[in-house]
Amino acid sequence: MEEILQILASDARVTAEEIAKMTGKPVAEIKKAIKKYESSGVIVQYKTLINHDLVRESNSFVRALIEVSVTPQKDVGFDHVAERIYSFPEVVSCYLVSGTYDLLLIVEGDNIQKVSNFIAAKLSPMENVRRTATHFLLKKYKEDGHVLKQKEKSKRPNISY
Amino acid sequence: MKNSNKIIQISKKVEDMAPSGIRAFFDLVLGMKDVISLGVGEPDFVTPWNIREKAITAYEEGYTSYTSNKGLISLRKQISHFLKYKFGMEYDPENEILITVGVSEALDLAWRTLINPGDKVLIPEPCYVSYAPLADMAGAKVISLITKAEHGFKMTPSELDQACQKDKIKYLMINYPSNPTGASYNKAELSALCKVIKKHDLVVISDEVYDDLTYDFEHVALSSLPGMKERVVYLNGFSKAYAMTGFRIGFACGPEKVIAGMTKIHQYTILCASINGQMAAEEALANGHKSVNMMKIEYKRRRQFIIESLNEIGLKCHMPEGAFYAFPSIKTTGMSSMDFAKDLLKEQKVALVPGVAFGPSAEGHVRISYATAFEDLKEAVVRIKKFIKS
Ligand SMILES: Cc1ncc(COP(=O)(O)O)c(C=O)c1O
Repeated sequence: MEEILQILASDARVTAEEIAKMTGKPVAEIKKAIKKYESSGVIVQYKTLINHDLVRESNSFVRALIEVSVTPQKDVGFDHVAERIYSFPEVVSCYLVSGTYDLLLIVEGDNIQKVSNFIAAKLSPMENVRRTATHFLLKKYKEDGHVLKQKEKSKRPNISY
Repeated sequence: MKNSNKIIQISKKVEDMAPSGIRAFFDLVLGMKDVISLGVGEPDFVTPWNIREKAITAYEEGYTSYTSNKGLISLRKQISHFLKYKFGMEYDPENEILITVGVSEALDLAWRTLINPGDKVLIPEPCYVSYAPLADMAGAKVISLITKAEHGFKMTPSELDQACQKDKIKYLMINYPSNPTGASYNKAELSALCKVIKKHDLVVISDEVYDDLTYDFEHVALSSLPGMKERVVYLNGFSKAYAMTGFRIGFACGPEKVIAGMTKIHQYTILCASINGQMAAEEALANGHKSVNMMKIEYKRRRQFIIESLNEIGLKCHMPEGAFYAFPSIKTTGMSSMDFAKDLLKEQKVALVPGVAFGPSAEGHVRISYATAFEDLKEAVVRIKKFIKS
């Protein structure tokens, strides 16, 4: 990955000035590159990674992984069914995968009831959906390379030669 | 408490060992909470998981014994292959490699093996804290070669030549990339030094423990250069690049005679390095390179950032070529490096190491370790700036 992207991928709040210092390139060049990444869709969005388990109201928040087997359609393959499915706002991620099922969804809702309703009322009845298997997430340990634990204090002494 | 025991006296040599003022400052830092520390001489990363996992498994599998004095032959073979692959050097794993408890032990062994009382040892300064005391303990007469800030703290061939003409130098200590200055030598610079080394028939101890953390060129091992292997004791280890300081594994490579001598002392004082550490080191060599590279990329970014920032706030600093230290001048503040460090700690809670720790010639400088998370580096710069302005 290009260096600017690498830096932003690990911390989106690093400023162009700081990236310039880190890479030894002019600020203007960094700003221009970032603009270009943004306009061309390489950088999709700047988001915050939140550990919902540490936020009190998070009891009212559930996430499920749903395996979906679908019947592909002539000419468009899986793309059309996928679009029908990922357009629901409840679906936060949607992947076409190899293996025993076709689409892997990550679905979010306020509670189990709401997610179950979505599956029963919207997803399962869809024309090309043959089968679903739902796994509710119980605990998140690691996400996108980040271990979701409160930061541990460094164990090295504060000064040494 | 103070010297109340009249019965036991410690040796004059140990009594006189440096540095007392620094110890007090270190204690001050260690006793303080919520400090941003730029004073640490080890990586801020924990050891890569595959290496830790190997160590855990080794314990589970019952690897809890001594190893041969020289260390696991499997590890020595791996090191031998690795050095051949990296630098084209040929070291026989049977009798030219010794596994030690860090480079620290290897340094001690090397001096004690080589030195006869009064032998003159040349040590470029500023330098890592243990060189002079260990050489002195071994009976050497230590002579300092003061390197200059305007040369990026590199020893020049003519400075080396002059030092050797002035005194009958037998041994040269060299460390690159350097702790505390980050200075290193590229191949051309080393070749120029080698000429002088050969001219004066010097034997060299080369501490290359930071070799993997070289940012602007490929590190070249001193003993890989023509005609050098027979006059160099090459020291390296796993502490820095692999973030394995606590495992305590290093190694020495050199002429058979020297390694045999070092092994004699090692077998009586240490017996062998920990088997667990040695097995972890094997994993590091076999599968650690990706992690090393990842850490190196991160250090390199921080290096650029901290050097530019320091120069911006008026602390003049050369671009270090390796290790993870910046060594700025604080002369514009008019303070001694110790006062600077103490006051910065008290007023802004930022810890760093005063230059004097690395020799009297390093007065007027401080060592800043950028083995520190980026957010902390950023905040530290803000605080140092405030401190200088106040
Ligand atoms: C230049 C230098 N040599 C040797 C050492 C000691 O390393 P080890 O952990 O291998 O004993 C250090 C540690 O700070 C160092 O900076």
